[in-house]
Formats: sequence, structure tokens, C-alpha cells
Amino acid sequence: MQRQGVVVSLQPSMTSNPLALCPESGHEKPLVFPLSQSAETMAYRIQGETGEWEVVIGLEVHAQVISNAKLFSGAATAFGAAPNSQVSFVDAGFPGMLPVINEFCVQQAIKTGLGLKAQINLRSVFDRKNYFYADLPSGYQISQFKQPIVGEGTIILDLADGATREVGIERLHLEMDAGKSLHDQHPSKTYVDLNRAGVALMEIVSKPDMRSPEEAVAYVRKLRTIVRYLGTCDGNMDEGSMRCDINVSVRRPGGPLGTRTETKNVNSMRFMHAAIEYEAQRQIELIEEGGVVVQETRLWDTAKGVTRSMRSKEEAHDYRYFPDPDLLPLVIEQELVDQIKASLPELPDDKKARFMEQYKLPSYDAGVLVAEKARGDFYEEVARGRDPKVAANFVIGDLLGALNKTGKDITESPISAADLGGLIDLIADNTISGRLAKDVFALMLETGKSAAVIVDEKGLRQVTDTGAIDAVIAQVMDANPDKVAEYRSGKDKLFGFFVGQVMKASQGKANPALVNEILAVKLKG
Amino acid sequence: MTNLTHLSMSEALAGLKAKDFTALELTNAYIAAVEAARPLNAFITETPDIALEQAKASDARYAAGTNLPLDGMPLGIKDLFCTKGVLTTAASHILDGFKPEYESTITENLFRDGAVMLGKLNLDEFAMGSANITSYYGPVLNPWTGKDPAGADRKLVPGGSSGGSAASVSGRFAIAATGTDTGGSIRQPASFTGIVGLKPTYGRCSRWGTIAFASSLDQAGPMTRTVRDAALMLQSMAGFDPKDSTSVDMKVPDLLAAMTGDIRGLRVGIPKEYRVDGMPVEIERVWSQGIEWLKAAGATPVEVSLPHTKYALATYYVVAPAECSSNLARYDGVRFGLRVEGKDLAEMYENTRGEGFGKEVRRRILIGTYVLSAGYYDAYYLKAQKVRARIAEDFTKAFEQCDILLTPTAPSTAFAIGEKQDDPIAMYLNDVFTVPASLAGLPGMSVPAGLASDGLPLGLQLIGRPFDEETLLRVADVIEKAAGPQPLPPYCR
Repeated sequence: MQRQGVVVSLQPSMTSNPLALCPESGHEKPLVFPLSQSAETMAYRIQGETGEWEVVIGLEVHAQVISNAKLFSGAATAFGAAPNSQVSFVDAGFPGMLPVINEFCVQQAIKTGLGLKAQINLRSVFDRKNYFYADLPSGYQISQFKQPIVGEGTIILDLADGATREVGIERLHLEMDAGKSLHDQHPSKTYVDLNRAGVALMEIVSKPDMRSPEEAVAYVRKLRTIVRYLGTCDGNMDEGSMRCDINVSVRRPGGPLGTRTETKNVNSMRFMHAAIEYEAQRQIELIEEGGVVVQETRLWDTAKGVTRSMRSKEEAHDYRYFPDPDLLPLVIEQELVDQIKASLPELPDDKKARFMEQYKLPSYDAGVLVAEKARGDFYEEVARGRDPKVAANFVIGDLLGALNKTGKDITESPISAADLGGLIDLIADNTISGRLAKDVFALMLETGKSAAVIVDEKGLRQVTDTGAIDAVIAQVMDANPDKVAEYRSGKDKLFGFFVGQVMKASQGKANPALVNEILAVKLKG
Repeated sequence: MTNLTHLSMSEALAGLKAKDFTALELTNAYIAAVEAARPLNAFITETPDIALEQAKASDARYAAGTNLPLDGMPLGIKDLFCTKGVLTTAASHILDGFKPEYESTITENLFRDGAVMLGKLNLDEFAMGSANITSYYGPVLNPWTGKDPAGADRKLVPGGSSGGSAASVSGRFAIAATGTDTGGSIRQPASFTGIVGLKPTYGRCSRWGTIAFASSLDQAGPMTRTVRDAALMLQSMAGFDPKDSTSVDMKVPDLLAAMTGDIRGLRVGIPKEYRVDGMPVEIERVWSQGIEWLKAAGATPVEVSLPHTKYALATYYVVAPAECSSNLARYDGVRFGLRVEGKDLAEMYENTRGEGFGKEVRRRILIGTYVLSAGYYDAYYLKAQKVRARIAEDFTKAFEQCDILLTPTAPSTAFAIGEKQDDPIAMYLNDVFTVPASLAGLPGMSVPAGLASDGLPLGLQLIGRPFDEETLLRVADVIEKAAGPQPLPPYCR
């Protein structure tokens, strides 16, 4: 029986709106709460039969390195190629084949480490992790066990409740991916595709610093933002280029750490959230019923929405790690680290701070705009030489809102930054009114045409010719002599009626300011 | 005409240049010798067609005056080197039918320099053994034979693992051969068959395309009839290979030029720890003889100490099996070689590996798996790595007092087939003098030093500083001259 557990959380629930997750901290610099001091009212707690429980979460993210060639061979890495078309003899573990480190992948790892404000280890060692499986051709995975290339770092989470929170990075190491076993191609056989075998992965291990599913999701989201900014991983969870193993344990709030389990095969943020909730609940039930949590590897069953034990203790692998004698220790010159550091792009936290400073944007808006590098770039192009707040409103309120409805991201926007800027220019020079601009925007979205073309085609150019406005006003007053009389006898409220009528008669094209001005004079008589 | 197969490589090269005979004639003579030598079981695969093709190309180059350093030299290739399109077995059942699509860097380099391939030579399975008796293709016989007390012929092992290489060079059915040496696999068989065997410094020769036994120890090298031939052949084999991360980016010096014959003032270290208990008097005698030869040539013997020598064998038999247990995981029946079906993947692995690997290979995989497993790693593998560092330090210190070390190559002459076969420890002791230099990655070389009282050849081992193959060859050349012409093995008489 699934017992009822009550999730107490003061945070808004996850929504599909990407904007909802962006913080409004109200601070110029990210405000960091040490976890131990987090306000009691903000904490995520699960109410069990015997009291409150706290969830402790650590994440191991496998991020596929963006590189043309594999970590130890020259084979290509493109996603979606025909099975076994991107395999070298090294990847296939043929006799006598030797790995040679791809220096570009090393640079990508260093870059990522620097993006995580982490220690770069100038000497690291590749180890062999030994186990048998059909999609692991050499019978061992080359990884880094005791001496990873990147040590401790930090990542700042932007939480939905407006706070930011620091999560520690334990390490980042380089390793090769295994191939793929395809169990659905034949009724009794398993097929093996080695295209992925040997592709470079960065395993990024967090400290057990997260305390709710929301934080875990925010962590992966932020990590993804950072690697995308850096161009070191495309972060596409659905293509498997970012995969997540979740370590979960439960304890009494502030008490000693409980035994953790590791849940594998979680390939979306939604499943992450669900897997953590499920696993925490399962552990609490187990403990409260007098059982003990076993340290084990579990698998997220997407179809059933449960985690289940992957292998028993007897089947547990002894990986027999030892330094790979085919590879010398990886020694990096400080100069290379310095070069990479100097070439780092502006990172999301810095960019957010700059947007708040340079464009005077509120933290929320800045946060939304920097969540993807392309968004920030798009925004800056729109804002260049224009009112930054108007630009932010159009990008966030109109464009992102519309794109979100169709599930597109900004790189797929039918409206270019230049065209959106053009629209704002038309408002600024009084060619169209702010109200008309919304209609033009909708047409731009639909047709992909520029604002100027739409305005011309539809004849939406704002009328600023006072003679023309005079004529419309005269026409409206002539048609409503009774209303004119009432107005003149003191019914001031009717002014709005006349403005509406004039705008309507001009098909919205009359400049509202001019209409107001002239109408006031004419109505006085 | 003289018997072409009795020429050394340098003599044969001179003969070809002088147009005394053609490469085709030389190769044909060897092809016939290979066929005649089949009872010794030294070849797993003969490749006469390839050899003839290559010999014709050599002749064309000699005619055009564009001949290469090893043009027309009919070599045997240890069957641990992958050769494109030619069955490559590592003497194991598990590689049944494996024909690589690639050429090892070593054979590529040799062919680049005009060498001719007679075929693929037998060896201990995956180069694991010291007598060439673990091959799936059966044992190799030494061209040297002994007499038992009753006066009957005793069939002897050629040593191992490069047993086929040693037998073919000694028996005059390959002008030279490639070997590989992990703990003594070039040097010990060279000593057992009366030829020259050189294990270069680790990193001097590329390991790319050579089937791995223990990656941190494996090193390819030449097995030849003369020191000069070893220099010639190593010159072609050696060099930096970007495909092997452990190969060293260092220019290979002119090795022939190093053989000046002048060793005056050279300090020759005699490690006292190599005077092991129960060492046969014969070995002692040959060693002393070697010291005398070098003294006579103007060198100074210096006693040095390598205090950690007694741990070398134990260290080696932790490190090498550990690496082999991982290196041999790829032979799983999935992609190439033997597959023995089972009801599921695990059973297929078990069936394939159980049937595909011989007893000695299985033994080492088990030892290696054990020493790397959780709870034993620190006590065995890690400890062995620490001792290995101490052993290397011993050599570094010794080389402060001397320029080269002189030791026996092996603790005995060749033994009979069947001897020591049931006692792996006794077999492992064969490598007692060769393993320390392997662990330290140093160049080592075995040079024939005459016959023991049992009428069988014995070698002296030289150990040099890292990448100082030049001094090794220079001293080896002096020993070779001092020892004088070596008798032919009974097989050739």
C-alpha cells in the first residue's frame, strides 16, 4: 500500500513555464544562504508517520563533451549516425590498439572546471574500471578514479522562491562512454552499437548539498546553462548527452546522514523530480516500518514511475580500478589553464549581474534573460541603442511567452532580434502606437515578416497629420451632437468615449496623444 | 655458393648490394629452410607468397639503386604483432581466425625498410611463459639438443616467450626475428639458443598493434645472430609513434656508429645480489669470463648493489598478471576470434574464455584479478608498485657508480621439454635475472658467451641506462668479439 506522505513545501510547484523558475532575489549580487542556516520556513520536509524527514541529495551528472573526435580515438561523435558507422579499432577494443588522449577534450574539461570555479589539477591519472559487458569492448572503461582532472568547485542555484543557494562540486573527471545495447531489435538477441563507445564524458559529482527535488532540478538546470555557455556540452537530456545519477538519503532534520541509494537512468528533469520524491518516500516508509536502507544502485522505471533495485550485493561489481598503463599521467601546464581562463565567455552569474547593472533590469528579468546564452545575446541585440526595459518586456513578456507556447527556444524564433528591434523603433518614432505594436508583433510571429513591412502592407502607419485627425474628430462630433452637448454641459467622463470613437474611426492609426490634444480643444467649442 | 641462410644480416645485405645473389634467391633459400624446419614447430603461419612478393620488390630496388636499410632480409615475425590480412594468433585458441585489418607499427617500420616476412612465429600463449610450452599450437623445439645420462637425445625448450623467434634465428631459418620482452621473453630464449636478443628501453619501440600482455612492461626488440644485426634491426624498429602514448619522442641515435669497439675506462657494474644461492657453477664461470673479457678490453669492473633484487620476481608476478587480467578482458567472443555459445551473455563469456585461454593464461588472469580486487589492492598491487619504484631507484643509484651492468641472462641452460612444467614457481625463476631491468624499464641485452659444460649455449646480460642502447651495443660487440665464433646448433650441423 502506498502510504500517504505529505509534502510540505513553501515553494511554488514546478510549472512548465521556464520563466517561473527564474529568481527575483532583489540583490545586485547573488545572495547565498549557507545550507545550515536556511530558514526553517523555506525547508522542504516530508511528513512521515513518526515525524518530519529531511531529504539529502547529491548528483552525478554525466555530460557528453562537445568534440569532433572521441576521447581516445579519432572516430567521429555526431549524434544519430547509422549504427557502428563511427567506430575505430580502438573503440572496438581490437588487439594491440592503444588509446591516445584527445587534447581538445582535456581543454573542454578544464574549461568546464573553470566555469564551475573549481580547482584544476595539473596532474591527473586515468584508471581502468574493469567489468564485462557486450557494449564495453575492451572490458574496461577508462576513467579517472583517485586523481581527477578537476577538484572542488561551486555552483549557484537560482531557486524559484527568489533565493540563490550554493552547492558544492566534489569533482569532475573525464571518462569514456560505453556503447549501446539494443534489446529491441530481435526477439532473442541483443544488438550492440558502438558509435557512442569512447565518446568523452565529464562526470560532474556534486556534494550532498541539495535538500529538495526543486534544488536538484535547479542544480541540473544551472549546470546545463553553464556548460552550454561554455560550449563544452550541449546539455540535451533527451539525446542522452546529459544523464543524471541521483544519490538520495533521508534523515531527521539536521540529524546524522542516512544511508544513500543511487538511482540511475534518469533522463529528464521531470523524472528527476519524480524519482527523488519516490525514493525519499520509499526510504522513509522502510525506516518507519523498522527496516534499513541498503546502499545500492537502483534504476528509475520511467513507465511505472518507481525506482527498483538494479542488482543484488552478490552481483555487485568489483571494478578493480588501477592506473591505465597505456596512458601516462595527464600533466597540464598552468599556462594552458591560464589561456583557457582568459578565453572563457561571460558566465551566467556574471552576465546576470551585468544586465542588472548595465540595463537596470530587475533580478527576475535578468535571470530569465541569462538562463540561455542565446537569450541573453538576443536581448542584447534588441536592446542595443534602444530602451532596455522596453526591449526586456518584449523579449520576456511577448517573445518568450509566445515561444514557450509552441515549445520553441529562442534560436528557433520566427522573429529575429533585428526585426524585434525594428518594431520597438517604430513605437519610438511614433510610427505605430504601443497598442498597435502588439498586433504587429502577432503578425510578425505568424509571418516572419519585419514590422515595417507589416505596417506598410496593412496600412497601419500611425496618423500624425493633424489635418486628418481634425477631419475625423469633426466627423465624430457631427455624428454625436447630443454627446457633444452633454460633454459641454459638464459630463467630463465622455472624453474617453470621444477618444475611443476617433481611434475606431481611424482604425487605430491615429496618434493617441494628438487625438487627446486636438479633441480637448475641439470639444471645448 | 655458400649456404645463404648461414649469412648474418649484415653479410647478406653486403651480398645483395654486391649482386652476389638476389633477394629472391635469398628468400627462396629461407622458404626452403622454413619448410625443412617444420618439425621444430617454430612457425604458426608461413607466408611464402608474401615473402616472394616482397623479395621481388627488393630486387627491383636493388636494381634501381634505391635499396632500403633492410632490403630483402627474410624475417620471422613473432605472432604477437598484428600483420594486416595475415592470421594473428598470440598462440591462443581464443584468436582463432583473427586477421587484423591493420599493421603493427613495428612490422610497418620493418617493411618500410625493405624487410621480407617469412611468416608468423610461435610463442607462449599471449607471451606468458619461459619455455614456449604454453602455445595452443604446441611447443617449439630448440635447434640445440642435449644428451641424457644414457646418451640419448634430449629435446630442449627454446625458452620463452619468444621461442619461435629464437629457434628460427638460431636454426638458420630466419635471418632475424622480432621478439617481445615483458620479463625476459627476448633475452632468456636468446640465451637458450645462442643468439643475440635486445630488449630496448621501455618507450623506445611502439607497442601499437602488438597484442598486449602487460602494457607497462611489454617492449619489442630484435633477435639476431650478431650484435651488429641487432643494431641494424633496432634502428628500423625504434622510434616515436604518436599512436602509442608511452612511446618516447626522442631521436634514435645511429646505433651502428655506437659500436666503436672502444670500452676503455668504462665502468662495468657487477651486482652482488645476482650471485644467487645455488647458482650453477657454469653460470658463475661464464659470468667471470665475461668480466675478464671486458677488463681485457680496458673496462673497469665495479661491484654494485641492487638491494631490492630479491623482491623483483614477486613484484613482477603481481604487476604483470594485474595488467594482463585487464588487457585480456577484450577476448570475450563478441567481436572477433573464438566464440563458444551459451544460454546468455555471461555463459557465453565463460564458455569462450574457459575454452579459448590455456591453463597458464587463466592462471595469470586469476592472479591478476585477485591482486586488483577490493580488499587486496593495497596489499598486492599498490605494494608491488611501491617496490617497483624501489627497484628502479636501485638501478639509478647503481648507475652513479657504473655505466653498464653485466649479469648472467638466465640461471640455467635450456632445459628439456616437460621439465619444470608442473611447477609454475620453478618456471617463473627463469626470469630472475631479466625481470628487474624490465620492472625498471631499462634496456637489456643477451649476448652469446659460449657453451656450458653440457654443450649448450649461455648468454650474458647487459643492462644499460635508460635510452642508452648505444653503450649496450658497444659493450655487446666487445663481448661478441671476445667470445669468438659460436658453434652452430646440432640442428644445422
